[in-house]
Amino acid sequence: MKEPTAIILCGFGINSELETAYAFKKAGAKALLIHFSDLEKNPSIFEESQIFVLPGGWSYADQIQSGKILANKLRFKLYPYFKKFIEEKKAVLGICNGFQILVQLGALPGWGDWKEKNFSLITNKSGKFEDRWVYLRTERTVCPFSNSLAECFLIPIRHGEGRFIAKNQKVLETLEEKGQIVFRYANPDGLKAYDYPFNPNGSVESIAGICNEYGNVLGLMPHPECHIRIYQNPLWTNIKKRDNSFLSKILNFFSSSFIKNDCSPLFSSIVNYSKKFI
Amino acid sequence: MVKIIEVIFNEEFQQNESIEELLKKEFNLDFAKVFIASDYIFEKDLEQQQAISIAENILCDLVTQRYSLDSPTLADFTIAIEIRYKAAVKDNLGDATYLAIKDFLENFENKIRTSKVYYIKANITKEQLQHFAFKNLYNPLVEDIEIFSNSEAKDFYLKDKNLFIQDSKPGSFSYIPLKKDKNYLEKLSKHRLLALNLEEFKTIIKYYSNPKVIKKRAAVGLQPMPTDVELECIAQTWSEHCKHKIFNALINFNFIEGKKSKKIKIDSLFKTFIYFTTKKLKKSYILSAFVDNAGIFSISDNWAVAVKCETHNAPSALDPFGGALTGILGVNRDVLGAGLGSKPIFNTDIFCFASPFYNKELPPKVLHPKRIFQGVRAGVEKGANASGIPTINGSIIFDDRFLGRPLVFCGTAGLMPIKTKNGLKCYQKYIKPKDRIFLVGGRTGKDGIHGATFSSQHLDETSPTSAVQIGDPFTQKLVLDFLLESQQLGLHSGLTDNGAGGLSSSVGELAQITGGATIHLERCPLKYSGLEPWEIFLSESQERMTVAVPPQNAGDFVVLAKKHNVEVSDIGEFNSSGYLQVKYFDKTVLYLDVKFLHKGLPKPKLFATFKKPEIKTPILKLEEKENYNLDILELLASLNICSRENVIRQYDHEVLGMSVVKPLCGKSFRGPADGAVIQPFYDKNLGICVSNGICPKYSDYDCYVMAQLAIDEAVRNYLAVGGDMNHWVALDNFCWPDPIKSEKNLDGDLKLGQLVRANMALADVAKHYSLPFISGKDSMKNDYVFGNIKISIPPTLLITVVGIIKNIELALTSDFKNEGDLIYLVGKTYPEMRYSEYSLLRNLDQTKLICPTLKEKESFSLYKKLSKAIQKGLLNSCHDCSDGGLAIALAECCIGGETGAKIDLFPLQNLLDLDSTTLLFSESPSRFVVSINPKNKKEFEKILDGSFYVCIGKVQQNSLKIFGKEKLLVDLPVEQMENYYKKTLEEVL
Repeated sequence: MKEPTAIILCGFGINSELETAYAFKKAGAKALLIHFSDLEKNPSIFEESQIFVLPGGWSYADQIQSGKILANKLRFKLYPYFKKFIEEKKAVLGICNGFQILVQLGALPGWGDWKEKNFSLITNKSGKFEDRWVYLRTERTVCPFSNSLAECFLIPIRHGEGRFIAKNQKVLETLEEKGQIVFRYANPDGLKAYDYPFNPNGSVESIAGICNEYGNVLGLMPHPECHIRIYQNPLWTNIKKRDNSFLSKILNFFSSSFIKNDCSPLFSSIVNYSKKFI
Repeated sequence: MVKIIEVIFNEEFQQNESIEELLKKEFNLDFAKVFIASDYIFEKDLEQQQAISIAENILCDLVTQRYSLDSPTLADFTIAIEIRYKAAVKDNLGDATYLAIKDFLENFENKIRTSKVYYIKANITKEQLQHFAFKNLYNPLVEDIEIFSNSEAKDFYLKDKNLFIQDSKPGSFSYIPLKKDKNYLEKLSKHRLLALNLEEFKTIIKYYSNPKVIKKRAAVGLQPMPTDVELECIAQTWSEHCKHKIFNALINFNFIEGKKSKKIKIDSLFKTFIYFTTKKLKKSYILSAFVDNAGIFSISDNWAVAVKCETHNAPSALDPFGGALTGILGVNRDVLGAGLGSKPIFNTDIFCFASPFYNKELPPKVLHPKRIFQGVRAGVEKGANASGIPTINGSIIFDDRFLGRPLVFCGTAGLMPIKTKNGLKCYQKYIKPKDRIFLVGGRTGKDGIHGATFSSQHLDETSPTSAVQIGDPFTQKLVLDFLLESQQLGLHSGLTDNGAGGLSSSVGELAQITGGATIHLERCPLKYSGLEPWEIFLSESQERMTVAVPPQNAGDFVVLAKKHNVEVSDIGEFNSSGYLQVKYFDKTVLYLDVKFLHKGLPKPKLFATFKKPEIKTPILKLEEKENYNLDILELLASLNICSRENVIRQYDHEVLGMSVVKPLCGKSFRGPADGAVIQPFYDKNLGICVSNGICPKYSDYDCYVMAQLAIDEAVRNYLAVGGDMNHWVALDNFCWPDPIKSEKNLDGDLKLGQLVRANMALADVAKHYSLPFISGKDSMKNDYVFGNIKISIPPTLLITVVGIIKNIELALTSDFKNEGDLIYLVGKTYPEMRYSEYSLLRNLDQTKLICPTLKEKESFSLYKKLSKAIQKGLLNSCHDCSDGGLAIALAECCIGGETGAKIDLFPLQNLLDLDSTTLLFSESPSRFVVSINPKNKKEFEKILDGSFYVCIGKVQQNSLKIFGKEKLLVDLPVEQMENYYKKTLEEVL
């Protein structure tokens, strides 16, 4: 079967395009690094592709608000093409800055015509940028990409503005009811985290990633592309050098199995899902 | 009509507790509340409707923020302060906002400046607020403030603020007559910040009176005296910063040992001790050493790495944030400009500060070390994170002698193919006559003029503020993406960055390749008109690269630039005329012989003295204590040992997805890593290792020892993570106090003597370890002078080691792994307690302690063996034993692994005949704490046979227990150690 084509957007301060492209390549997609200017010049690339990825980075150096300027650029320059891509149920993934862009754009949660803003991502509660590995918990949702992921796994966050905020309780409840909350920060036991550092940024309801109503648009703050090989795992020397009995003795029962889970299944699921659009 | 759009986070999202706490503390208040807003100020008024549309679409997040037009966003406050960058300082937010609005409204043309408004609810006066802001919130060198009360707020938003530099008439050039008059020349040098000495002036006068030169000049319409452009260009090219005069000087070195003295003549420290040492090692993997912006070595058949480490000390003292930011972006450009260009893949940063808890009175114009620390950290964070380059390795050293001048080292490595697609060697430049000269990136302004000459002088009360500037990581990222694509497409034939000296330096240096160049200054895009030609030529505005493009590629180059939204300007061409010619609107304003400019500088003759220190006898006998728990806890919390986690986490150390050994390791995610390992190719097991060594504390004894130990520390850190000793390179960064003797600097010859000693050690150790140096940098005159106060830094040498690990599977971390694993101390301990962290903590008489020294033969033989054991996969952990000695190394291994250990000192004591205090805290170099699976015992010991190693215990749960002869000396739960270890810097940042 042919491999689906993934647009990995780059340029204007995006900086995680290479590792993201590799993750998709490894999962069986043809990953194309496409500069925003080239996409603007030739939007038909959207039609020829099945996956659209907004990688992490510092688009426009996070000025004004993280993701905002590039979100507007997408809105003002490519809206109809992008909207159509999503309406065709093709896969869209936004990581970190890419998630911020999708939220700023309204493509997440993707309600109505995207115009009314109900959610935002703002400065971490700690006031600091942080690079830290966290436990993420996969919720049962409409998202077709996350089901193959382990119920809890390790993943790095690297952001200063990742605090997920809802305009009010009602929209938050709607988000939950519609099954759009895909990832939550977790304690090492796999249960929803409340406090720092397990909820590293103070996100409401520990929300780390959400999808749109259909589930084909997914965004998350942590970086799944940075946990697809064992050597990226900060505990890899422990996994290799520690014998299992000791490992489970010092780590509690759950996390000893969680720490080995990586994020490769996320990319494989997106690639598999996308094959039908070729 | 609207001039100002103000945006503010709603109350529930304001997070200003730290400022509020500071306010309460400062003024003894029970209550203080702070709200911060962002102002966007437009040069030309906006229509009301347009302003609303811009606010709601571009500037304001309506979920968490609100906005106002030409009025305060808050009514309930006592007093407010607006802080904004001075008009000539780059305002990155303003520039980004312009681009953002331009995407929205295509015809939008306006200038935008931004500011922060702090609304304060507290019972304080304007004077108090001004004082507080000066101490905590703004830097008058780069920022302006305005304070207004609640009742003045309305007017504040309506008045005209004149924030925009108005265009003015283009400048012109002038002649500067030179007279053979000492006073005149000295005045001229000081007045124009030339930093030229009389000997150099003499050489310049001689050049201008040469009949051949006079004739050539007349032919291009120039008089027989320098223009301002020429004199500035010469001064900049000949500055210490650019030409490293001290490292290339003739030195008469007087070495005194006891009653004997020896006189040694040295022709260039650099050539004698560094360049030739590397050359003699004949390493085939070195592709480029000491000729380009960075050293370059191969890591595989097809790939090479360019490495460079820079300092940015003087600017960081004046404006820590801007200084560090431009420092990191500058070294990134160095690597981008090496050969035909390389992609930065990691940064390192090493800082030396005075204690952040410094509580004595500060000398004039000195910022508190805590502010310097915070600013520098934030600057590197901004620069590195926003550029998408991981910061993977570093160090922080605290010593109050860095009060006047902090040291900020920024290193970068870049990846390049050895051959480009069109078969060129990527580590070389191919510039030919007729190649076009492009200026690429940011616009030119008055910022940063005289950076090169300024950094070659002491910091004093007259230090210029124009030398401080704010870097723009966004513009630079665009330039980086653009030039790397140009490299891949083979469009350019050479490039270099515009750092110190600006165009004068970049074009001047590249012109040496073809033997000449002509450029037209009026073609340089300016931020605002009105610059004089010499200012355009010398400006150090950031984010600019000078690129040579063969004429047939120029069209494609311009098209590619447009795609990346990068401004490029064709400003001239290279030729083989032998002259650097600079024109400004058809008039020649500079015409200089390239050879004279680069080779004409007279070699200074300097004097150096060194007196070998003697140790007072009797040697201090250390007390044998019953218990060392408190010593270990206090050391873990001490500034030079405590965890850097709080700093490290604020740097992105994992972007690019390559990290294998991260700066924090072990189950606790808190263990200190010795070095870093990355995997540059996602599907190959090849790794790159990097580490550093720095230990200025030993300079007080002998800089020979200091340099030995710095190299050894870097080497140990490199080995501990699994680095390959057969494929490695090193970088040197010397930061010194003024080493030239003068009336104002009476001990200059001693400082130079120290420099000679450090270089001698570098050559000796490099030879023994077969470790080639491929790039270096020196920063002299790191003294703070104000009236009678002089604070000099201790002579400091930073060593960075970079190399490969063939198989990342064999990389190691420092944390203990399994209960029952055997723990070894590898390498011999000597009673070397001088400057040990223990002796400093307990205020022992240093003069009666023996200083550590390197026994390089013994060490090298051990390293070979240990390296072999690592390559066989026998170790489970490996940690360098350094600050704090064995006790702290053990504690760190436990903290990382969240394990304990049971240690018995008795076998060590038996072998070495040392007291427990010395065994626990001596800082003898060349030692490691390693742990192995018991099943590897035999093989491990066999490999190490002939070197000193002792099995001192095993890993166990919960607590670190150390037994002396029949008594328990240490019993510490790992959580307790962790708490002490992590808390100190948490309070600072």
